[in-house]
Amino acid sequence: MAELTAAASVPPGRAQPQAQGSALPRLDVATVRKDFPILERRVNGHRLVYLDSASSSQKPRAVLDAMEHYYETTHANVHRGVYTIAEEATALFEEARAKVARFIGAPDVSEVVFAKNVTEAINLVAQTWGRRHLGQGDAVLLTHMEHHANIVPWHMLSAERGFEVRWLPITDDGHLILDDLDRLLEGVKLVSLTAISNVLGTANPVRRVADAAHAAGALVLADAAQHVPHVRTRVADMACDFLGFTGHKMLGPTGIGCLWARRSLLEEMPPFLGGGEMIRDVRLDGFEPTEVPWKFEAGTPPIAEAVGLGAAVDYLEALGMDAVRAHEIELTGYAMRVLRERHGDAIQIHGPADPRDRGGVISFCYKDIHPHDLSQVLDQHGVCVRASHHCAKPLMRRLGVAATARASVYVYNDESDIDVLAEALAEADALLG
Amino acid sequence: MPGLEDLYREIILDHYRNPRNRGELPSPPARRVEGFNPLCGDEIVVYLLIEAGKVTDLRIAGQGCSISQSSASMMSSAVKGKTVEEAHALIRAFKSMMSIHEARLDQTAAEEAAGAEPEVKLGDLEALQGVVKFPVRIKCATLSWNTLAQALDGSA
Ligand SMILES: Cc1ncc(COP(=O)(O)O)c(C=O)c1O
Repeated sequence: MAELTAAASVPPGRAQPQAQGSALPRLDVATVRKDFPILERRVNGHRLVYLDSASSSQKPRAVLDAMEHYYETTHANVHRGVYTIAEEATALFEEARAKVARFIGAPDVSEVVFAKNVTEAINLVAQTWGRRHLGQGDAVLLTHMEHHANIVPWHMLSAERGFEVRWLPITDDGHLILDDLDRLLEGVKLVSLTAISNVLGTANPVRRVADAAHAAGALVLADAAQHVPHVRTRVADMACDFLGFTGHKMLGPTGIGCLWARRSLLEEMPPFLGGGEMIRDVRLDGFEPTEVPWKFEAGTPPIAEAVGLGAAVDYLEALGMDAVRAHEIELTGYAMRVLRERHGDAIQIHGPADPRDRGGVISFCYKDIHPHDLSQVLDQHGVCVRASHHCAKPLMRRLGVAATARASVYVYNDESDIDVLAEALAEADALLG
Repeated sequence: MPGLEDLYREIILDHYRNPRNRGELPSPPARRVEGFNPLCGDEIVVYLLIEAGKVTDLRIAGQGCSISQSSASMMSSAVKGKTVEEAHALIRAFKSMMSIHEARLDQTAAEEAAGAEPEVKLGDLEALQGVVKFPVRIKCATLSWNTLAQALDGSA
């Protein structure tokens, strides 16, 4: 057991003080890169330049090892067996929950519910809290920059319950317009907003929105899918009531995500899916759900995935989230500068101009070359960017484009990746411009 | 390994830069059908005028990548003036070229497609067979064809 924990959390210890006496920690990207086996891969004759972490991040060796080690030494179902390896598996699963709780500053471990991904986390809130509290005459306030994961669950429930879905508008440079917030909050029971836009990169003032929402008697859900992996997250500082995020974007495996909510809320919410694991008692004439968080975790959970997520949290903590954030601001600023210098007016970058106002996400249009074509040419240079509507069609309509190309950075990217991107764009221009 | 030259043939780029039959037709009498590629948000609108069993006019509107735009443009040239039956046969031949598995690439793709519809000449459209080597782009190439098929089937 002790041995296993050690294997699962090889501390990379990459956070180093900055050279010139500054207190800011820095990432040593060259060392970080060695921890990611996939970066050794060549694609189409080139080294892999992975610029699509906003879609899904790559995985460090520590995460892969933790999952493999779990399967090789410990696997059994959790919360059931009385034998040694079942107890160990349960302990590892719950230890992962504790790591995640610490990572987001949750006051209580039982406030962390494991889900399949953030999409499921948001659906959970809609189908349990939402179904109980939202009806005719009520409203849910979303923003124009939401991912479909934070739109469709509300459309679905609204079609059934008859509440209004209302929209917080944005400026042309991708900031929320909050001037009218108090009026828009009338009748609103829930504000559900992205903490960082997966398209524009905008880091939204969740705290400010939450304070206004609470004053108006509404609760707040933060879609933190692009926040938790990149920015130190403290649920108390954000002042939200629900927070969802997804493991595969934060160096963890697919198949696991989290919902955090205040304990009192979770206790009051009805269960989500029904089945094993989530019950205290089942009789011929009904059932009684068990306590939180297991009340929301019907069926055998993704145990190895939780272990992997725990290892990802360990890895990120060893890097230091302040170092991660500083690195991404710097690299995003570099990318915006280099792309503009190299391509001038040919490139149009969406979202806030100041890298400190945004996450490491750069959506752009290049002349009128379709993002599909851009991404196809970039792929020939080993460069992975996303070309699509990024599951944010209302935002695409607001921006007046059908799709954008999006480059996004993480802990393993450095300036050389951006340089390859800038050069490869020139190639696309030569071919299709 | 497939290279970009397999995808972006000169004739494809030509249709992309100078799309044929772009525009709209008054509807009615023309049939108007929209096609969507939900993956990338591409939208295409086909206007189809059928008179006495023949495609007398056809226009393409909408937006998309070079492959979807050039495929639509080539389709419009190929289908104009054909009978409804011939248009259906062309669609079948084109889609069969697009569904050919990677293992049977290169020259054989167009030959096999022709085998499926022996009387159909794909002509310039054969330039699009390179798309098969880039599976995610097949949907781009077939978008306008699926939309045309719907327009042919629909009533005016
Ligand atoms: C802001 C945001 N919300 C939700 C999601 C959906 O994540 P998942 O597919 O893991 O549920 C994503 C990622 O695609 C995202 O960026």
